[in-house]
Amino acid sequence: MSPLPLTGLLALGWAAATGSFSLLNLAFGAALGGACLYLVRNHVGGPTFGPRMRRIATLSLLFVSELFISAFRVALLVIRPDLKRRIHPGIVAFPLATDREVEITLLANLLTLTPGTLSVDVSADRRFLYVHAIDVADKEALIREIREGFEKKVMEACR
Amino acid sequence: MIGEALRYLAALLIVAGALFSLLAAVGILRLPDLYTRLHAASKAGVVGAGLILCAVGIVSGDGPTALRVGLGIVFLVLSTPVAAHLLARAALKAGEPAAPGTTTEDIH
Repeated sequence: MSPLPLTGLLALGWAAATGSFSLLNLAFGAALGGACLYLVRNHVGGPTFGPRMRRIATLSLLFVSELFISAFRVALLVIRPDLKRRIHPGIVAFPLATDREVEITLLANLLTLTPGTLSVDVSADRRFLYVHAIDVADKEALIREIREGFEKKVMEACR
Repeated sequence: MIGEALRYLAALLIVAGALFSLLAAVGILRLPDLYTRLHAASKAGVVGAGLILCAVGIVSGDGPTALRVGLGIVFLVLSTPVAAHLLARAALKAGEPAAPGTTTEDIH
């Protein structure tokens, strides 16, 4: 069983055992369960368990901070009087390094909620993800940013 | 004392969430085409609704309610990008014109 659902189960077990399903208690249970799983990592999830948990955690943190940044950017953008001249929208074909469905789905959803990008379509052969960007002044930089940012992190967290 | 502080925090979250929702709506009105409008609706919309849900969880002071708030936020974060993706894809397939100046030569 992979570490994430296992931690969730342990958190639920902790909440049931202590008789309180408050968010704080569940979070505490998850932290406790995660720590316990970390101690026995060589027995439950193989040797990659610890690093993988860390990668999932960094991906989640990165996502939440990017979500807030993107919401702020959109909010600031739409109240500019010269809005029409500030945006240079375009649809960019992002060459996917992964061909796994789970990873493409995750990447597409993360991109939609992060600054300046919106997933539009996946090519039939799964080689390209079409991304609508609100500013495509520098296409190469945009592609590089996705490849070295979220795509890398998603692939690390999923493998 | 702590209850008082939590109420202020919740009020702050509600105002921030409402502001983001308002700006998302302004974005839908002001941006030039469906694709750029989706940017506003998806990002600012999720954060706006998410912050308001957080505030509800805090003022309720009730475990099960807070848990459901957490679940609500999770589903919001899961379903909004899927909906935005579907709308954008449908628009592209249906030949919805993008705003003038949009570069689309990459699509094949």
